Amino acid sequence: MADPHIETYDPEHEATSAAITESRPARAVLMAIAFVFLALFLVLPLVIVFSQAFAKGAATYLTSLSDGDTLSAIKLTLIVAAISVPLNLVFGVAAAWAIAKFEFKGKAFLTTLVDLPFSVSPVISGLVYVLLFGAQSVLGPWLKAHGIEILFAVPGIVLATVFVTFPFVARELIPLMQEQGTGDEEAALSLGASGWQAFWYVTLPNIKWGLLYGVLLCNARAMGEFGAVSVVSGHIRGQTNTMPLHVEILYNEYNAVGAFAVASLLAGLALVTLVLKTVLEMRYGAEIAATRGH
Amino acid sequence: MSNATTRTGWRFRQPSVIPGFGLTLGFSLAYLTLIILIPLSGLAWRSAALGWADFWRIALDRRTLHALEISFGTALIAAAVNVVFGTVVAWVLVRYRFPGRRIVDAMVDLPFALPTAVAGIALTTLYAPNGWLGKPPMALGIKVAYSPLGIVMALIFIGLPFVVRTVQPIIEEIDKEVEEAAATLGASRFQTITRVLAPGLLPAVVTGFALSFARGVGEYGSVIFIAGNLPNVSEIAPLLIVIRLEEYNYAAATAIAAVMLALSFLMLFVINLLQSWSRKRYG
Amino acid sequence: MEVRVANVRKEFDRFPALHDVSLDIRSGELIALLGPSGSGKTTLLRLIAGLERPTRGKIFFGEDDASLKSIQQRNVGFVFQHYALFRHMTVADNIGFGLKVRPGATRPPAEEIRRRASELLDLVQLSGLEKRYPAQLSGGQRQRVALARAMAIEPAVLLLDEPFGALDAQVRRDLRRWLRDIHDTTGHTTVFVTHDQEEALELADRVVVMSQGRIEQVGTADEVYDTPNSPFVYGFIGDSSSLPARVEDGQVWLAERPIGLSAPDVPAGPATLFFRPHDVELLDGCGGCIAGTVVNSRRVAETRRVELEVGGDRQRVEIELPIDHAAANKSRIAFRPRKWKLFPRAD
Repeated sequence: MADPHIETYDPEHEATSAAITESRPARAVLMAIAFVFLALFLVLPLVIVFSQAFAKGAATYLTSLSDGDTLSAIKLTLIVAAISVPLNLVFGVAAAWAIAKFEFKGKAFLTTLVDLPFSVSPVISGLVYVLLFGAQSVLGPWLKAHGIEILFAVPGIVLATVFVTFPFVARELIPLMQEQGTGDEEAALSLGASGWQAFWYVTLPNIKWGLLYGVLLCNARAMGEFGAVSVVSGHIRGQTNTMPLHVEILYNEYNAVGAFAVASLLAGLALVTLVLKTVLEMRYGAEIAATRGH
Repeated sequence: MSNATTRTGWRFRQPSVIPGFGLTLGFSLAYLTLIILIPLSGLAWRSAALGWADFWRIALDRRTLHALEISFGTALIAAAVNVVFGTVVAWVLVRYRFPGRRIVDAMVDLPFALPTAVAGIALTTLYAPNGWLGKPPMALGIKVAYSPLGIVMALIFIGLPFVVRTVQPIIEEIDKEVEEAAATLGASRFQTITRVLAPGLLPAVVTGFALSFARGVGEYGSVIFIAGNLPNVSEIAPLLIVIRLEEYNYAAATAIAAVMLALSFLMLFVINLLQSWSRKRYG
Repeated sequence: MEVRVANVRKEFDRFPALHDVSLDIRSGELIALLGPSGSGKTTLLRLIAGLERPTRGKIFFGEDDASLKSIQQRNVGFVFQHYALFRHMTVADNIGFGLKVRPGATRPPAEEIRRRASELLDLVQLSGLEKRYPAQLSGGQRQRVALARAMAIEPAVLLLDEPFGALDAQVRRDLRRWLRDIHDTTGHTTVFVTHDQEEALELADRVVVMSQGRIEQVGTADEVYDTPNSPFVYGFIGDSSSLPARVEDGQVWLAERPIGLSAPDVPAGPATLFFRPHDVELLDGCGGCIAGTVVNSRRVAETRRVELEVGGDRQRVEIELPIDHAAANKSRIAFRPRKWKLFPRAD
């Protein structure tokens, strides 16, 4: 698929062009500043997670992971991600289709709304559901009368997670699909394909790497969300505790090894996410398009 | 479809042969409304229900003001630090070749990927008075963890990728001919950077600053462990919301949230303005 | 398949792109839509394809009102300007796509689809490239794959949007001849859009000259070149020179003098005189002729082109001279067009 002759940006040549680079000492100083800064702020926190997790040996590490409450926290985290990521995936594809393939009034405004959750503090993302479904709310008494539990239960955690991970897939796909235009779909339609066939055979293969990229970031946030989930969860051990919440509980109980053991799993997830993300960017950079980063 | 003649004049959307507009837009709007708009307007409605006087009495409460001051102040300092170091990191990543550059580049996104609670306990352990990085300053009498300085450290961690990832693509796009032109015109390297390149980078740097700042103001998970959470000293606004909720003081939680939200949207608006301004000006 | 465009109007955001356009295309014909950019030629092609819907008017395929049909039902083979090849599919999969997406009952078996694809690849002279991806093909090869893909669905009409626009000059010339051959072999009714008059005149049975959302003239290459029916067509097709003139007493006047051309059928009044630069006779004296001062002269292949300033208001015209003509700057030349045409002008 990739044309071997097409090289992407090759700065090798430029970086060595004498006229446009800094002197050797200047480069050394800049690189030293960057490396020390990154080491202090990125590498050390990661190192300390694993060193603390294994502070009392591998056996203690494994024991703390096999604790019943820990296992149920892992399970809940997986369930929450398994519900909220597909929901936002479907939304992301639908929103990107509507926004990228059509011209309509209010499109720019809708695009801004999609990004809205990113500018809301996680705590507020949880709070809005407490206000909506809590005992003091309009809906609260009715929900209670019908035995529907949303707050301090799994549905509330899912809702809060969906809220904070809402934009990830959509904001990845919208610029990508806008860039790809409608030519391929028109070609498919003119060859007799139905709308679904055009989407399935033509659009989806065109966006699959971008989609995967969005899902990856969405999943990382869904599994790691703390603030929003903390507000709606109620922190019931073994029931409404996700992994990040469990980390907090163990840490506050001065169970450092336990807290860092669970944290090491989440850090592992983060590292896997970063590796996959980098691989996707390296191999399919053009098909993920302009929106690198967050 | 049965009519070859379509209506002219104002129309909601341009006609197109691509199907699925109604379905996808309908679903998107319904989902957006249910998940985002109704809950957020619930917050607005509850703040309005408080009444003008009550709202401001709660919002301007001394402890609330201190919490807001701490949240915004520490976020401001952290964003400023990130602007300096983030720009240097972006420059080094784009311009210099060194072994492991890919890995370093990927690592910059760690704060996006690492759950905030994990970052929180890791940074706390590092900067605790007996921690690897907490001990040396402690000898000089500077307490990092359990003080506002700790909050700044956590927010530097959280905000770093926003600056790097905003500035990095702009450095990549710099046309090397521009630099060569500056060199042929007799500019020194330092002059080229400060007079020719820096003005072009400024909009991206400012945007990165604003994004890092906005994220820092609302940050919760990574901060609460390291902050010490002393009321009026190291208690951030999001934490105060949680405390009020735990006291079943919904009115206070709502009021603080509304103030924060209004300020965040204001920032979002400013960021959008900045970006469209720089697009207009620099293409 | 005959195609009839009946009184079609198309507006984008209330801006008219086509005004009341009618056109009959005969079955098996190769038609060129020719015009400058913004003339509405691509819009007309997309309307025929069903990629756009007319604001007013209808389009008929044979006896059927195509306006009632969706794009899928119209069965048109559309070759997009930038080909719109599906880049994640091999050449064979691209060509077979239109057959593969047919509903179960009419879908040929996979083996048959593969056979059709390789037949078409033979036809477009790309045998053996089935397994390649679009990115691994040259521009000309992509063009051919796009055409094969469009022909795979046995279209009622073949529509090509600037088919050679993205190719370099040599490849263009080869593909042009080749497209003509393919058309002669398959006999599809074919419409293509171009802004290149040479391409249109050489390739098409009939040329539709368009300007500003209107059809100016429809005719064979000879007709549009020899008997242009509007100033636009005269100016757009082939080289032309024009001068503001006047008709009085059945004679053509330039400024205050008749120039020896009689126009008995043209009503008196202001007009514009058109002629081809190469179709002039040089005169020695000037009793009734056009005379001008040479301001510019250059050699173009086997002729010499000179630019003359004519008359008191210094109108510039171009004429062609034999190479050995000693036309120097400032020298005076007198001539009279052999073939010419007058179009009345509103002053």
